[in-house]
Amino acid sequence: MRKHRGLSIIAMLVFAFLFIPLFIIVVTSFGENPTIQFPIQGFTFDWYVNVFETNSLIESFYLSIQISLLATILALLVGIPAAYALARYSVKGRNIMKSFFLSPAMIPGVVIGYALFQFIVIQLQLPIFQGLLLGHFLISLPYIIRVVGSSLDQLDFSIEEVAWTLGSTRLRAFVRVVLPNIQAGIFASFMLAFINSFNNIPVSQFLSGPGVTALPTSLMNYIEYNYDPTVSALSVLLMVGTVVLMFIIEKTLGLAKIS
Amino acid sequence: MKNKAPYILLTPGLILLIVFMLLPLVTIIWPTFYDGKLTFGSYLSFFQNQYNVSVFWRTLSISLIVTMICILLGVPTAYYIARTSKKWRGLLMAMTLFPLLTNSVIRSFAWINILGTKGVINDLLMNVGVISEPIKMLYTDFAIIVGSVYLFLPLMIITLVGVIENIDLEMMEAAETLGANRFIAFLKVILPLSVPGIIVGSVLVFSGTLSAYTTPQLLGGNQKMMLSTFLYQNAMTLGNWQSAGVIAVIMIVTTIIVMKLFNMVAAKLDKRGGEHA
Repeated sequence: MRKHRGLSIIAMLVFAFLFIPLFIIVVTSFGENPTIQFPIQGFTFDWYVNVFETNSLIESFYLSIQISLLATILALLVGIPAAYALARYSVKGRNIMKSFFLSPAMIPGVVIGYALFQFIVIQLQLPIFQGLLLGHFLISLPYIIRVVGSSLDQLDFSIEEVAWTLGSTRLRAFVRVVLPNIQAGIFASFMLAFINSFNNIPVSQFLSGPGVTALPTSLMNYIEYNYDPTVSALSVLLMVGTVVLMFIIEKTLGLAKIS
Repeated sequence: MKNKAPYILLTPGLILLIVFMLLPLVTIIWPTFYDGKLTFGSYLSFFQNQYNVSVFWRTLSISLIVTMICILLGVPTAYYIARTSKKWRGLLMAMTLFPLLTNSVIRSFAWINILGTKGVINDLLMNVGVISEPIKMLYTDFAIIVGSVYLFLPLMIITLVGVIENIDLEMMEAAETLGANRFIAFLKVILPLSVPGIIVGSVLVFSGTLSAYTTPQLLGGNQKMMLSTFLYQNAMTLGNWQSAGVIAVIMIVTTIIVMKLFNMVAAKLDKRGGEHA
């Protein structure tokens, strides 16, 4: 169909607006100058080497992977049964219950972070790691409930009843009949929750301590004291990671599933 | 026995949410209402302070401005994407999704490079000779607005594409056949039908900007505080837990009120549309 020229121009400008800033980061990561400048002088990979030699960044990277994986798995373990119960049975107060499970997504991240800091670190005096894990569990749970919930809503539960009639136990029917049918939803919710948790700042910012600092928090601290292209280099590496993840999602689910 | 199953399945989640979300929230909120007796004193004194009020208004007005800019840029872009052939639409959607999946620290850092005193814009303008002294753009309201639009525009676009894709293309063509030029047809046909998407997108952008931490922290700094950075400063730098609790409640309440307002607008528009039809 023919398009209005003005429309095309606006769309082009918007995409330029979205990508030029990222393009500038990519370019600056190769500059030889010890402070970030654009256009760059010279060409070097030194800042990439520097990323791997900066311990605080590498340690936080491993911590972030660990926290996000554990939190997402915990959210799946708790969230899938809950989503199943909400979709399968007419529980009393079903809507209120569902809103409650989705509510961590409605509360500002800084509020969740601060509340957990007060409760876990100050009052219960538990290690920060636990607080960080719980915080990331909370922000991951709504993704599981929403995405797995909508897969379950589309499932015809009579196939499960057939399995029961044929003598299968409830658990076995759930594992062998229900789970395989909501596989795509589970994978999509896992990806969404993992990426969101890995990128989260507000919750992590309050729950950081010696040796326990999430990567985005470390990166933010680094930016406050340094203005060298190491940040650009790390940003490029993370963007490459994002592209790889998007590629995996596209090949398995189709990106439309998560947008 | 049958009826017990759902409760057993729901219990672990309910317990975790009650113990590690509800209880912590009560822990920070309760002291703001109670000091020996029930009181709103903390809130009254919060709003009696000029500086606090300025942070509150900055947060609201920036969130509103960002939402409007995202609507203005998002609607045409989403329309463009929705009308692109299937082959290219996937690529454009992926390009919109990519910034959204990129860490917000990176996306804010991008604008430090551009807006800073030694940033791309100042460099360019000084080299050309338009200015002799760098313009202060970083740590201003302007920087927070640009950074927030950058953060949330993709979210608005993706929300809108889903809605616009479902609008019957023939209606637009009918309007054109009946003599409306394309711009008018867009305004009178596509725009009203996109309203539900605009409302959903606006709620996401507004509440997102209102509670974002990274962008105001990196682009506004200590000079231009928003509620989220102000909460962090009170809680972690100043150790003023009472104020931090008050700000937390204000953020939650504001978010709820704004969502209700948007939903009311949506309901009203819906009703009006119904009367015309």
